[in-house]
Amino acid sequence: MIAEPLAHGDTFIYRIDPRLRVIAAAVFSCTVAVFESFTALSLACAAALALLLVAGLDRKAVGRRLMVVFGFLALLWLLLPLTYEGALMARMGPIPLYREGVALAGRITLKSLAIIAVFTALAATMPIGTLGQTLGRLRVPDKLVYLLLMCYRYIFVIEQEYQRLMTAMKIRGFRPRTRLHTYRSYAYLVGMLFVRAAARADRVHQAMRCRGFNGRFHSLATFPAHPVNRWFALVAASVMIALLGLEWRG
Amino acid sequence: MHISEGVLSGPVLLTGGALAAAGTAVGLKKLDYERLPRAGLLAAAFFVASLVHVPIGPASVHLILNGIVGLMLGWGAFPAIVVALVLQGVLFQYGGLTTLGVNTLIMAAPAVVCYYLFGPLVHRRRPVAIAAAFACGFASTLLGAGVAGAALMFTEENFLEVTLLLISTHVPIMVIEGLITVFCVAFLLKVQPELLPGFKMTLDEAATGKDIHDT
Repeated sequence: MIAEPLAHGDTFIYRIDPRLRVIAAAVFSCTVAVFESFTALSLACAAALALLLVAGLDRKAVGRRLMVVFGFLALLWLLLPLTYEGALMARMGPIPLYREGVALAGRITLKSLAIIAVFTALAATMPIGTLGQTLGRLRVPDKLVYLLLMCYRYIFVIEQEYQRLMTAMKIRGFRPRTRLHTYRSYAYLVGMLFVRAAARADRVHQAMRCRGFNGRFHSLATFPAHPVNRWFALVAASVMIALLGLEWRG
Repeated sequence: MHISEGVLSGPVLLTGGALAAAGTAVGLKKLDYERLPRAGLLAAAFFVASLVHVPIGPASVHLILNGIVGLMLGWGAFPAIVVALVLQGVLFQYGGLTTLGVNTLIMAAPAVVCYYLFGPLVHRRRPVAIAAAFACGFASTLLGAGVAGAALMFTEENFLEVTLLLISTHVPIMVIEGLITVFCVAFLLKVQPELLPGFKMTLDEAATGKDIHDT
Protein backbone atom coordinates (compact mmCIF):
# COMPACT_ATOMS: atom_id res chain seq x y z
CA MET A 1 0.00 0.00 0.00
CA ILE A 2 1.13 3.55 -0.71
CA ALA A 3 1.13 5.64 2.45
CA GLU A 4 2.29 9.01 3.71
CA PRO A 5 3.65 8.09 7.15
CA LEU A 6 5.32 11.45 7.79
CA ALA A 7 2.66 13.80 6.42
CA HIS A 8 0.95 14.52 9.72
CA GLY A 9 2.46 15.18 13.12
CA ASP A 10 2.60 17.55 15.99
CA THR A 11 6.13 18.87 16.36
CA PHE A 12 7.41 22.36 15.55
CA ILE A 13 8.35 21.32 12.00
CA TYR A 14 4.66 20.98 11.13
CA ARG A 15 3.99 24.55 12.27
CA ILE A 16 6.58 26.17 10.00
CA ASP A 17 5.09 27.84 6.93
CA PRO A 18 5.24 25.28 4.08
CA ARG A 19 6.56 27.94 1.69
CA LEU A 20 9.46 28.60 4.02
CA ARG A 21 10.14 24.87 4.31
CA VAL A 22 10.16 24.31 0.56
CA ILE A 23 12.43 27.29 -0.08
CA ALA A 24 14.82 26.32 2.73
CA ALA A 25 15.04 22.72 1.48
CA ALA A 26 15.61 23.87 -2.11
CA VAL A 27 18.32 26.41 -1.24
CA PHE A 28 20.10 24.01 1.10
CA SER A 29 20.02 21.07 -1.36
CA CYS A 30 21.19 23.07 -4.36
CA THR A 31 24.05 24.65 -2.42
CA VAL A 32 25.27 21.48 -0.74
CA ALA A 33 25.15 19.63 -4.07
CA VAL A 34 28.00 21.78 -5.41
CA PHE A 35 30.12 21.94 -2.21
CA GLU A 36 33.67 20.59 -2.42
CA SER A 37 35.23 21.25 0.98
CA PHE A 38 35.11 18.39 3.46
CA THR A 39 34.68 20.69 6.48
CA ALA A 40 31.66 22.43 4.95
CA LEU A 41 30.14 19.10 3.85
CA SER A 42 30.61 17.50 7.26
CA LEU A 43 29.00 20.47 8.97
CA ALA A 44 26.12 20.50 6.45
CA CYS A 45 25.55 16.80 7.03
CA ALA A 46 25.68 17.25 10.81
CA ALA A 47 23.23 20.18 10.64
CA ALA A 48 20.84 18.22 8.43
CA LEU A 49 20.91 15.15 10.67
CA ALA A 50 20.44 17.37 13.74
CA LEU A 51 17.38 18.91 12.10
CA LEU A 52 16.01 15.44 11.34
CA LEU A 53 16.62 14.44 14.97
CA VAL A 54 14.98 17.46 16.63
CA ALA A 55 12.08 17.24 14.18
CA GLY A 56 10.89 14.26 16.24
CA LEU A 57 9.47 12.26 13.34
CA ASP A 58 8.32 8.66 13.36
CA ARG A 59 11.63 6.77 13.69
CA LYS A 60 10.53 3.69 11.76
CA ALA A 61 9.33 5.66 8.76
CA VAL A 62 12.50 7.76 8.66
CA GLY A 63 14.64 4.63 9.01
CA ARG A 64 12.86 2.97 6.09
CA ARG A 65 13.49 6.01 3.91
CA LEU A 66 17.15 6.17 4.84
CA MET A 67 17.61 2.44 4.10
CA VAL A 68 17.05 3.19 0.40
CA VAL A 69 19.99 5.58 0.53
CA PHE A 70 22.20 3.28 2.57
CA GLY A 71 21.78 0.51 0.00
CA PHE A 72 23.07 2.80 -2.72
CA LEU A 73 25.92 4.11 -0.56
CA ALA A 74 27.06 0.57 0.28
CA LEU A 75 27.34 -0.19 -3.44
CA LEU A 76 29.29 3.03 -3.91
CA TRP A 77 31.82 2.14 -1.20
CA LEU A 78 32.27 -1.28 -2.79
CA LEU A 79 32.87 0.17 -6.23
CA LEU A 80 34.59 3.56 -6.10
CA PRO A 81 37.69 2.94 -3.95
CA LEU A 82 38.59 0.02 -6.23
CA THR A 83 37.94 1.52 -9.65
CA TYR A 84 38.68 5.22 -9.30
CA GLU A 85 42.27 5.39 -10.50
CA GLY A 86 44.69 7.74 -8.78
CA ALA A 87 47.18 7.65 -5.94
CA LEU A 88 47.33 4.28 -4.25
CA MET A 89 46.26 4.45 -0.62
CA ALA A 90 46.49 0.87 0.53
CA ARG A 91 46.42 -2.63 -0.81
CA MET A 92 44.19 -5.41 0.42
CA GLY A 93 45.93 -8.49 -0.94
CA PRO A 94 45.69 -8.13 -4.73
CA ILE A 95 43.02 -5.42 -4.52
CA PRO A 96 44.25 -1.81 -4.75
CA LEU A 97 42.49 0.98 -2.86
CA TYR A 98 42.67 4.43 -4.43
CA ARG A 99 42.82 7.58 -2.32
CA GLU A 100 40.71 9.73 -4.68
CA GLY A 101 38.06 7.02 -4.85
CA VAL A 102 37.75 6.96 -1.07
CA ALA A 103 37.59 10.76 -0.95
CA LEU A 104 34.92 10.85 -3.66
CA ALA A 105 32.84 8.15 -1.96
CA GLY A 106 33.10 10.10 1.30
CA ARG A 107 32.00 13.31 -0.34
CA ILE A 108 29.02 11.66 -2.05
CA THR A 109 28.00 10.01 1.22
CA LEU A 110 28.00 13.32 3.10
CA LYS A 111 26.17 15.13 0.31
CA SER A 112 23.43 12.59 -0.18
CA LEU A 113 22.84 12.14 3.56
CA ALA A 114 22.62 15.91 4.05
CA ILE A 115 20.25 16.48 1.13
CA ILE A 116 18.02 13.56 1.96
CA ALA A 117 17.83 14.33 5.69
CA VAL A 118 16.76 17.91 4.97
CA PHE A 119 14.29 16.83 2.30
CA THR A 120 12.75 14.28 4.67
CA ALA A 121 12.52 16.73 7.57
CA LEU A 122 11.15 19.67 5.59
CA ALA A 123 9.37 18.46 2.45
CA ALA A 124 8.18 14.93 3.22
CA THR A 125 6.46 16.26 6.35
CA MET A 126 3.68 17.97 4.43
CA PRO A 127 0.67 16.32 2.80
CA ILE A 128 0.97 16.45 -0.98
CA GLY A 129 -2.18 18.57 -1.18
CA THR A 130 -0.34 21.23 0.83
CA LEU A 131 2.78 20.78 -1.28
CA GLY A 132 0.70 21.45 -4.40
CA GLN A 133 -0.79 24.66 -2.96
CA THR A 134 2.62 25.77 -1.77
CA LEU A 135 4.16 25.24 -5.19
CA GLY A 136 1.25 27.16 -6.72
CA ARG A 137 1.94 30.13 -4.44
CA LEU A 138 5.62 29.92 -5.32
CA ARG A 139 4.70 30.51 -8.98
CA VAL A 140 5.09 26.98 -10.28
CA PRO A 141 2.88 26.87 -13.44
CA ASP A 142 -0.78 26.19 -12.70
CA LYS A 143 -0.95 23.28 -15.11
CA LEU A 144 1.92 21.48 -13.40
CA VAL A 145 0.31 21.93 -9.98
CA TYR A 146 -2.97 20.67 -11.43
CA LEU A 147 -1.18 17.62 -12.81
CA LEU A 148 0.51 16.95 -9.46
CA LEU A 149 -2.73 17.19 -7.48
CA MET A 150 -4.66 15.12 -10.03
CA CYS A 151 -1.98 12.44 -10.07
CA TYR A 152 -1.78 12.38 -6.28
CA ARG A 153 -5.54 12.17 -5.92
CA TYR A 154 -5.70 9.09 -8.14
CA ILE A 155 -2.60 7.04 -7.33
CA PHE A 156 -4.45 5.51 -4.40
CA VAL A 157 -7.50 4.68 -6.53
CA ILE A 158 -5.37 3.18 -9.28
CA GLU A 159 -3.30 1.25 -6.78
CA GLN A 160 -6.50 -0.32 -5.46
CA GLU A 161 -7.50 -1.16 -9.00
CA TYR A 162 -4.11 -2.80 -9.48
CA GLN A 163 -4.56 -4.83 -6.28
CA ARG A 164 -8.01 -5.94 -7.47
CA LEU A 165 -6.71 -7.05 -10.85
CA MET A 166 -3.80 -8.83 -9.16
CA THR A 167 -6.16 -10.65 -6.80
CA ALA A 168 -8.27 -11.74 -9.77
CA MET A 169 -5.15 -13.09 -11.49
CA LYS A 170 -4.03 -14.96 -8.38
CA ILE A 171 -7.46 -16.53 -7.93
CA ARG A 172 -7.12 -17.85 -11.48
CA GLY A 173 -3.84 -19.49 -10.48
CA PHE A 174 -1.36 -16.96 -11.86
CA ARG A 175 2.15 -17.43 -10.54
CA PRO A 176 4.93 -15.15 -11.77
CA ARG A 177 7.80 -17.00 -13.47
CA THR A 178 10.48 -16.07 -15.97
CA ARG A 179 8.41 -16.84 -19.02
CA LEU A 180 6.59 -15.16 -21.82
CA HIS A 181 3.20 -15.98 -20.34
CA THR A 182 4.07 -14.02 -17.20
CA TYR A 183 5.26 -11.02 -19.16
CA ARG A 184 2.16 -11.11 -21.31
CA SER A 185 -0.08 -11.22 -18.24
CA TYR A 186 1.72 -8.32 -16.60
CA ALA A 187 1.60 -6.32 -19.84
CA TYR A 188 -2.17 -6.84 -20.11
CA LEU A 189 -2.49 -5.84 -16.46
CA VAL A 190 -0.56 -2.63 -17.10
CA GLY A 191 -2.52 -2.00 -20.31
CA MET A 192 -5.76 -2.41 -18.36
CA LEU A 193 -4.52 0.12 -15.78
CA PHE A 194 -3.89 2.62 -18.57
CA VAL A 195 -7.26 1.99 -20.23
CA ARG A 196 -9.15 2.36 -16.97
CA ALA A 197 -7.16 5.44 -15.99
CA ALA A 198 -8.05 7.10 -19.31
CA ALA A 199 -11.73 6.18 -19.00
CA ARG A 200 -11.82 7.41 -15.42
CA ALA A 201 -10.10 10.66 -16.44
CA ASP A 202 -12.83 11.34 -19.01
CA ARG A 203 -15.59 10.69 -16.48
CA VAL A 204 -13.93 12.78 -13.79
CA HIS A 205 -13.31 15.61 -16.23
CA GLN A 206 -16.96 15.65 -17.28
CA ALA A 207 -18.07 15.66 -13.65
CA MET A 208 -15.70 18.50 -12.83
CA ARG A 209 -16.93 20.51 -15.82
CA CYS A 210 -20.53 20.00 -14.68
CA ARG A 211 -19.58 21.57 -11.36
CA GLY A 212 -18.07 24.60 -13.07
CA PHE A 213 -14.39 23.69 -12.85
CA ASN A 214 -12.29 26.25 -14.72
CA GLY A 215 -8.79 24.86 -14.34
CA ARG A 216 -7.88 26.04 -10.84
CA PHE A 217 -8.14 24.23 -7.57
CA HIS A 218 -9.11 26.82 -4.98
CA SER A 219 -7.74 26.27 -1.55
CA LEU A 220 -9.21 27.52 1.69
CA ALA A 221 -6.06 26.68 3.61
CA THR A 222 -4.14 29.65 4.93
CA PHE A 223 -0.60 29.68 6.21
CA PRO A 224 -0.93 31.56 9.50
CA ALA A 225 1.96 33.56 10.91
CA HIS A 226 3.63 31.78 13.79
CA PRO A 227 6.67 32.80 15.86
CA VAL A 228 8.39 29.55 14.85
CA ASN A 229 8.63 30.89 11.28
CA ARG A 230 10.91 33.73 12.32
CA TRP A 231 13.10 31.47 14.46
CA PHE A 232 13.41 28.87 11.74
CA ALA A 233 14.26 31.46 9.08
CA LEU A 234 16.90 32.99 11.36
CA VAL A 235 18.56 29.67 12.22
CA ALA A 236 18.40 28.39 8.63
CA ALA A 237 19.91 31.60 7.27
CA SER A 238 22.77 31.60 9.79
CA VAL A 239 23.57 27.94 9.10
CA MET A 240 23.60 28.68 5.37
CA ILE A 241 25.94 31.65 5.82
CA ALA A 242 28.28 29.64 8.04
CA LEU A 243 28.37 26.82 5.47
CA LEU A 244 29.04 29.21 2.59
CA GLY A 245 31.84 30.84 4.60
CA LEU A 246 33.45 27.47 5.30
CA GLU A 247 33.18 26.40 1.67
CA TRP A 248 34.59 29.71 0.43
CA ARG A 249 37.62 29.43 2.73
CA GLY A 250 38.07 25.89 1.43
CA MET B 1 16.89 4.09 -13.24
CA HIS B 2 17.63 6.84 -10.80
CA ILE B 3 20.78 8.78 -10.12
CA SER B 4 21.09 9.44 -6.42
CA GLU B 5 21.65 12.72 -4.65
CA GLY B 6 25.18 13.96 -4.22
CA VAL B 7 26.79 12.14 -7.15
CA LEU B 8 26.63 14.57 -10.05
CA SER B 9 28.57 17.81 -10.46
CA GLY B 10 26.98 21.26 -10.43
CA PRO B 11 27.13 21.92 -14.19
CA VAL B 12 25.59 18.51 -14.98
CA LEU B 13 22.78 19.07 -12.46
CA LEU B 14 22.18 22.53 -13.89
CA THR B 15 22.13 21.34 -17.51
CA GLY B 16 19.81 18.47 -16.61
CA GLY B 17 17.51 20.83 -14.74
CA ALA B 18 17.42 23.33 -17.59
CA LEU B 19 16.71 20.70 -20.26
CA ALA B 20 14.03 19.06 -18.13
CA ALA B 21 12.42 22.45 -17.46
CA ALA B 22 12.40 23.22 -21.19
CA GLY B 23 10.87 19.82 -21.98
CA THR B 24 8.27 20.29 -19.27
CA ALA B 25 7.40 23.74 -20.60
CA VAL B 26 6.87 22.33 -24.10
CA GLY B 27 4.83 19.46 -22.66
CA LEU B 28 2.60 21.79 -20.63
CA LYS B 29 2.10 24.01 -23.64
CA LYS B 30 0.92 21.04 -25.69
CA LEU B 31 -1.46 19.80 -22.98
CA ASP B 32 -4.56 21.97 -22.87
CA TYR B 33 -7.03 21.79 -19.98
CA GLU B 34 -9.09 19.25 -21.94
CA ARG B 35 -6.22 16.78 -22.02
CA LEU B 36 -4.74 17.48 -18.58
CA PRO B 37 -6.97 15.15 -16.55
CA ARG B 38 -6.04 12.27 -18.80
CA ALA B 39 -2.35 13.09 -18.50
CA GLY B 40 -2.74 13.28 -14.71
CA LEU B 41 -4.39 9.89 -14.47
CA LEU B 42 -1.97 8.29 -16.91
CA ALA B 43 0.84 9.69 -14.75
CA ALA B 44 -0.82 8.05 -11.76
CA ALA B 45 -1.11 4.75 -13.65
CA PHE B 46 2.55 5.06 -14.67
CA PHE B 47 3.44 5.62 -11.00
CA VAL B 48 1.55 2.51 -9.90
CA ALA B 49 2.77 0.37 -12.81
CA SER B 50 6.37 1.20 -11.93
CA LEU B 51 5.75 -0.53 -8.59
CA VAL B 52 5.05 -3.81 -10.44
CA HIS B 53 7.95 -6.23 -10.11
CA VAL B 54 8.38 -8.85 -12.80
CA PRO B 55 10.54 -11.91 -12.16
CA ILE B 56 13.72 -12.50 -14.10
CA GLY B 57 15.43 -15.71 -13.06
CA PRO B 58 15.83 -15.68 -9.28
CA ALA B 59 15.64 -11.85 -9.06
CA SER B 60 12.98 -9.38 -10.04
CA VAL B 61 12.99 -5.96 -11.66
CA HIS B 62 10.43 -3.21 -11.58
CA LEU B 63 8.90 -1.91 -14.78
CA ILE B 64 9.92 1.48 -16.16
CA LEU B 65 7.43 1.83 -19.03
CA ASN B 66 8.65 5.24 -20.18
CA GLY B 67 8.44 4.07 -23.81
CA ILE B 68 4.74 3.40 -23.66
CA VAL B 69 4.13 6.59 -21.67
CA GLY B 70 5.90 8.43 -24.49
CA LEU B 71 3.64 6.77 -27.08
CA MET B 72 0.54 7.79 -25.16
CA LEU B 73 1.52 11.31 -24.15
CA GLY B 74 4.21 12.57 -26.54
CA TRP B 75 5.78 15.73 -25.11
CA GLY B 76 3.28 15.44 -22.27
CA ALA B 77 5.55 12.67 -20.95
CA PHE B 78 7.84 15.38 -19.51
CA PRO B 79 5.32 16.95 -17.08
CA ALA B 80 3.79 13.53 -16.33
CA ILE B 81 7.18 12.08 -15.39
CA VAL B 82 8.19 15.15 -13.33
CA VAL B 83 5.01 14.78 -11.33
CA ALA B 84 5.47 11.03 -10.83
CA LEU B 85 9.07 11.61 -9.69
CA VAL B 86 8.05 14.33 -7.22
CA LEU B 87 5.51 11.93 -5.74
CA GLN B 88 8.07 9.13 -5.57
CA GLY B 89 10.51 11.47 -3.86
CA VAL B 90 8.02 12.65 -1.26
CA LEU B 91 6.43 9.26 -0.63
CA PHE B 92 9.38 6.84 -0.83
CA GLN B 93 12.57 8.83 -1.09
CA TYR B 94 13.71 7.62 -4.49
CA GLY B 95 15.74 10.62 -5.60
CA GLY B 96 15.31 14.10 -4.27
CA LEU B 97 15.34 17.71 -5.22
CA THR B 98 18.63 18.44 -6.95
CA THR B 99 18.51 15.36 -9.18
CA LEU B 100 14.88 15.90 -10.21
CA GLY B 101 15.92 17.50 -13.50
CA VAL B 102 18.44 14.85 -14.51
CA ASN B 103 16.18 11.98 -13.47
CA THR B 104 13.29 13.49 -15.43
CA LEU B 105 15.51 13.79 -18.47
CA ILE B 106 16.66 10.15 -18.12
CA MET B 107 13.10 8.91 -18.51
CA ALA B 108 11.27 11.62 -20.43
CA ALA B 109 13.77 12.39 -23.22
CA PRO B 110 13.75 8.75 -24.46
CA ALA B 111 9.96 8.77 -24.18
CA VAL B 112 9.69 11.74 -26.56
CA VAL B 113 12.28 10.26 -28.95
CA CYS B 114 10.33 6.99 -29.03
CA TYR B 115 7.11 8.89 -29.64
CA TYR B 116 8.54 10.39 -32.82
CA LEU B 117 10.42 7.26 -33.98
CA PHE B 118 7.84 4.56 -33.29
CA GLY B 119 4.56 6.40 -32.82
CA PRO B 120 3.76 6.49 -36.57
CA LEU B 121 4.44 2.73 -36.88
CA VAL B 122 2.14 1.18 -34.28
CA HIS B 123 -0.98 1.33 -36.45
CA ARG B 124 0.74 -0.32 -39.44
CA ARG B 125 0.61 -4.01 -40.36
CA ARG B 126 1.02 -6.44 -37.49
CA PRO B 127 4.70 -7.43 -37.97
CA VAL B 128 5.72 -3.78 -38.30
CA ALA B 129 3.72 -2.82 -35.23
CA ILE B 130 5.24 -5.65 -33.17
CA ALA B 131 8.78 -4.73 -34.21
CA ALA B 132 8.14 -1.04 -33.52
CA ALA B 133 6.68 -1.77 -30.09
CA PHE B 134 9.61 -3.97 -29.11
CA ALA B 135 12.08 -1.37 -30.37
CA CYS B 136 10.18 1.29 -28.44
CA GLY B 137 10.45 -0.53 -25.10
CA PHE B 138 14.05 -1.58 -25.74
CA ALA B 139 15.24 1.81 -26.96
CA SER B 140 13.52 3.81 -24.24
CA THR B 141 15.48 1.90 -21.59
CA LEU B 142 18.71 1.92 -23.62
CA LEU B 143 18.51 5.68 -24.22
CA GLY B 144 17.66 6.24 -20.56
CA ALA B 145 20.76 4.31 -19.50
CA GLY B 146 22.68 6.31 -22.11
CA VAL B 147 21.53 9.65 -20.68
CA ALA B 148 22.33 8.46 -17.14
CA GLY B 149 25.75 7.27 -18.35
CA ALA B 150 26.41 10.62 -20.06
CA ALA B 151 25.50 12.48 -16.85
CA LEU B 152 27.99 10.32 -14.92
CA MET B 153 30.73 10.67 -17.54
CA PHE B 154 30.40 14.47 -17.72
CA THR B 155 30.74 14.54 -13.94
CA GLU B 156 33.82 12.32 -13.73
CA GLU B 157 35.69 10.62 -16.53
CA ASN B 158 36.64 8.00 -13.98
CA PHE B 159 33.02 6.89 -13.78
CA LEU B 160 33.60 4.78 -16.92
CA GLU B 161 33.36 1.47 -15.05
CA VAL B 162 30.21 2.58 -13.25
CA THR B 163 28.67 3.67 -16.54
CA LEU B 164 29.51 0.42 -18.30
CA LEU B 165 28.13 -1.53 -15.35
CA LEU B 166 24.97 0.56 -15.46
CA ILE B 167 24.38 -0.07 -19.15
CA SER B 168 25.29 -3.76 -19.11
CA THR B 169 23.09 -4.56 -16.12
CA HIS B 170 20.21 -2.88 -17.94
CA VAL B 171 20.37 -5.18 -20.99
CA PRO B 172 17.96 -7.77 -19.51
CA ILE B 173 15.67 -4.93 -18.44
CA MET B 174 15.70 -3.59 -22.01
CA VAL B 175 14.54 -6.97 -23.31
CA ILE B 176 11.80 -7.21 -20.69
CA GLU B 177 10.65 -3.65 -21.37
CA GLY B 178 10.58 -4.51 -25.07
CA LEU B 179 8.43 -7.60 -24.50
CA ILE B 180 6.08 -5.84 -22.10
CA THR B 181 5.69 -2.96 -24.57
CA VAL B 182 4.84 -5.40 -27.40
CA PHE B 183 2.07 -7.05 -25.40
CA CYS B 184 0.88 -3.78 -23.95
CA VAL B 185 0.64 -2.15 -27.40
CA ALA B 186 -1.14 -5.23 -28.76
CA PHE B 187 -3.60 -4.98 -25.86
CA LEU B 188 -4.21 -1.27 -26.37
CA LEU B 189 -4.67 -1.78 -30.14
CA LYS B 190 -7.45 -4.25 -29.38
CA VAL B 191 -9.07 -2.46 -26.46
CA GLN B 192 -8.56 1.25 -26.95
CA PRO B 193 -6.49 2.12 -30.02
CA GLU B 194 -7.15 5.84 -29.64
CA LEU B 195 -4.71 5.89 -26.71
CA LEU B 196 -1.89 5.28 -29.19
CA PRO B 197 -0.68 8.06 -31.50
CA GLY B 198 -1.85 8.46 -35.09
CA PHE B 199 -5.13 6.62 -34.62
CA LYS B 200 -7.81 7.46 -37.14
CA MET B 201 -11.27 6.00 -37.13
CA THR B 202 -12.17 4.40 -40.44
CA LEU B 203 -15.07 6.00 -42.29
CA ASP B 204 -17.34 3.05 -41.53
CA GLU B 205 -16.79 3.32 -37.81
CA ALA B 206 -17.27 7.07 -37.87
CA ALA B 207 -20.49 6.70 -39.88
CA THR B 208 -22.02 4.05 -37.64
CA GLY B 209 -20.97 6.06 -34.60
CA LYS B 210 -19.32 3.03 -33.09
CA ASP B 211 -18.11 4.18 -29.73
CA ILE B 212 -14.71 2.84 -28.90
CA HIS B 213 -14.43 5.07 -25.86
CA ASP B 214 -17.10 3.16 -24.05
CA THR B 215 -15.29 1.07 -21.48
